[in-house]
Amino acid sequence: MAATEIARQAGEGARAVPLSGHVGFDSMPDQLVNKSVNHGFCFNILCVGETGLGKSTLMDTLFNTKFEGDPTQHNQPGVQLKSNTYELQESNVRLKLTIVNSVGFGDQINKEDSYKPIVEFIDTQFEAYLQEELKIKRTLHSYHDTRVHACLYFISPTGHSLKSLDLVTMKKLDSKVNIIPIIAKSDAISKSELAKFKIKITSELVSNGVQIYQFPTDDETVAEINSTMNGHLPFAVVGSTEEVKIGNKMVKARQYPWGTVQVENENHCDFVKLREMLIRVNMEDLREQTHTRHYELYRRCKLEEMGFKDTDPDSKPFSLQETYEAKRNEFMGELQKKEEEMRQMFVQRVKEKEAELKEAEKELHEKFDRLKKLHQDEKKKLEDKKKSLDDELNIFKQKKTAAELLQSQAQQAGGSTTLKRDKERKN
Amino acid sequence: MADTAKTTHPQPAGRPEKGAEFGYVGIDAILEQMRRKAMKQGFELNIMVVGQSGLGKSTLINTLFKSKVSRRSVMPSDEERIPKTIEIKSVSHDIEEKGVRMKLTVIDTPGFGDQINNENCWQPIMKFINEQYEQYLQEEINISRKKRIPDSRVHCCIYFIPPTGHCLRPIDIEFMRHLSKVVNIVPVIAKADTLTLEERDFFKQKIREDLRVNEIEVYPQKEFDEDSEDRMINDKIREMIPFAVVGSDQEYQVNGKRLLGRKTRWGTVEVENTAHCEFAYLRDLLIRTHMQNLKDITSSIHYEVYRVRRLNENNTHPSDQPNGHSNGVPTHEVLSHEM
Repeated sequence: MAATEIARQAGEGARAVPLSGHVGFDSMPDQLVNKSVNHGFCFNILCVGETGLGKSTLMDTLFNTKFEGDPTQHNQPGVQLKSNTYELQESNVRLKLTIVNSVGFGDQINKEDSYKPIVEFIDTQFEAYLQEELKIKRTLHSYHDTRVHACLYFISPTGHSLKSLDLVTMKKLDSKVNIIPIIAKSDAISKSELAKFKIKITSELVSNGVQIYQFPTDDETVAEINSTMNGHLPFAVVGSTEEVKIGNKMVKARQYPWGTVQVENENHCDFVKLREMLIRVNMEDLREQTHTRHYELYRRCKLEEMGFKDTDPDSKPFSLQETYEAKRNEFMGELQKKEEEMRQMFVQRVKEKEAELKEAEKELHEKFDRLKKLHQDEKKKLEDKKKSLDDELNIFKQKKTAAELLQSQAQQAGGSTTLKRDKERKN
Repeated sequence: MADTAKTTHPQPAGRPEKGAEFGYVGIDAILEQMRRKAMKQGFELNIMVVGQSGLGKSTLINTLFKSKVSRRSVMPSDEERIPKTIEIKSVSHDIEEKGVRMKLTVIDTPGFGDQINNENCWQPIMKFINEQYEQYLQEEINISRKKRIPDSRVHCCIYFIPPTGHCLRPIDIEFMRHLSKVVNIVPVIAKADTLTLEERDFFKQKIREDLRVNEIEVYPQKEFDEDSEDRMINDKIREMIPFAVVGSDQEYQVNGKRLLGRKTRWGTVEVENTAHCEFAYLRDLLIRTHMQNLKDITSSIHYEVYRVRRLNENNTHPSDQPNGHSNGVPTHEVLSHEM
């Protein structure tokens, strides 16, 4: 048998070697990009906020497209999530965009459970990906990734502070998804109030320990712009799909009697900043964070919950399969035990019922006997009475016949007397 | 509860115009973002070279990457002896070109085909390749796993065919038959400057015939062509394999230019001249056009095959689930609901 030796040079990160000519692997990023372009991209945004804050309008404005959907009513019984997928294309890039809207958030009287459907939805997407990853025959490279990459949290423009519903929801979501808080309908707040509002919001988030998404500052090309933007969070946005003529251009704006709010004017609102950060600079980073941080956390918790542990390097190699087997056997054992128990219980109950029924039967028999006896007694009594009545009747009859006889005798005698008298008269 | 997604195609409001932001969303900026991320992370490539001693393997690798990356150059004291058994030696280098960093690992197999009895010579190599897959799999199924799993899987195996001019030898066929199922094999005719052009063409034809008869699929494999464009490109390559290469790391003056070549008394063989040998095609295939594809096929096909086999190994009874997946998932679902 041939033996093998593996000698690695200088551990990981080996020696740097200079090249004496053009090799050509600088085309690697291009090759990678081409492959991704052929494959297409997908991006999933979750919009959470109270009804009427302009979530759908903002999405329309961001992606410059009229997505379908009518505004929802305020009378939803609970929070629901509606998701729609769209295919957008710009130059040669195809994007599968999924927008998930929270419907009925904040409309109920009791809002304690409002965050639950949202957390459940996010977990469901993670679960689906985990299932695909754990399959034996899997198709990861063609899997349509539905995990939520960014969550836009819409804060209502009260101008004071965050609502407790907002704090609670964001706290529940911050370990599951990248949260980007934005102030909706910010044309309702004046500039000075806005600055105070932003400061209040950020301080409340910090003091409550809510981790919102920070734009990454480790890559020099974008570090500067990202860190500036980090200071402008939360973004105060205005959405509009209507166009108004300003000067000689048509711009997206909202027209009021006292002036026009231009959506893409940086002095008026932070919409351009949001678009820049969300789409043009950090979309890939959002996807990466979702995969490497949030999804890994979910996966770790889920697997630990199911009882898997990491095996140490020198124990048996295949924890997953063996743990599955062990769990399966355990489960079957439990099932069998339960079955036995149920059978026992059933037998017991049957016995009990039988005893009960026997008791009842006995009772019935007794009752029957008693009744019968009673009946017989009654019958006897009646017969006796009948007999005595019969006797009386007989005596009476006898007397009657005797009386009749007497009477008929008396009549005969009377008749002969009459005859005698008649005879005497005649004579 | 979320409704099921339906795909619709709304009309985009405008085309991107130069200068005017009107109508331009900026989705295609993601390409730039990806590129940036890739540059920051760097790339990894693991190449294995297999062939008898003296076929010019180390020289070829040095020529491909234009630097001294082969084992010989790194461990000069080690050589001039032919090992008694097959050894597997891998050497890693960090190279950089125009801002793109790459970690190149060259895996050498001295001793292959050098013994008198070469039976099962492919086994140690197969074992090594599977070990790399196993290492990756172990890391992947960890509960807490690294952000980027270090990829030591062999992306490409260059197999050197000695220039006999006749046909493939049994050892070649055996090796390629076993290994083409687990790794991408790129066969090359070594030291091709000993064959004339006609002999070369004849040899190539014979080799292709032998490969076809033995049902050996070398890279680029026909079954992995994604679309007709791919197939066209790959068909052209398939017409040319195996590449007849000549390696050299010495430069000579030819027609006023300094070129890599081999100088003999009857002329100089230019390595990068496509009329002389096919080194340039090999380099283009491996590095400039198909490197990403090599890695993709390794990770999404060869590795997945290994994974399926490994995960099924402990399944003594295949589960008869209605959805046709013979996997542990349905059980796993039941378990998770019951727990």
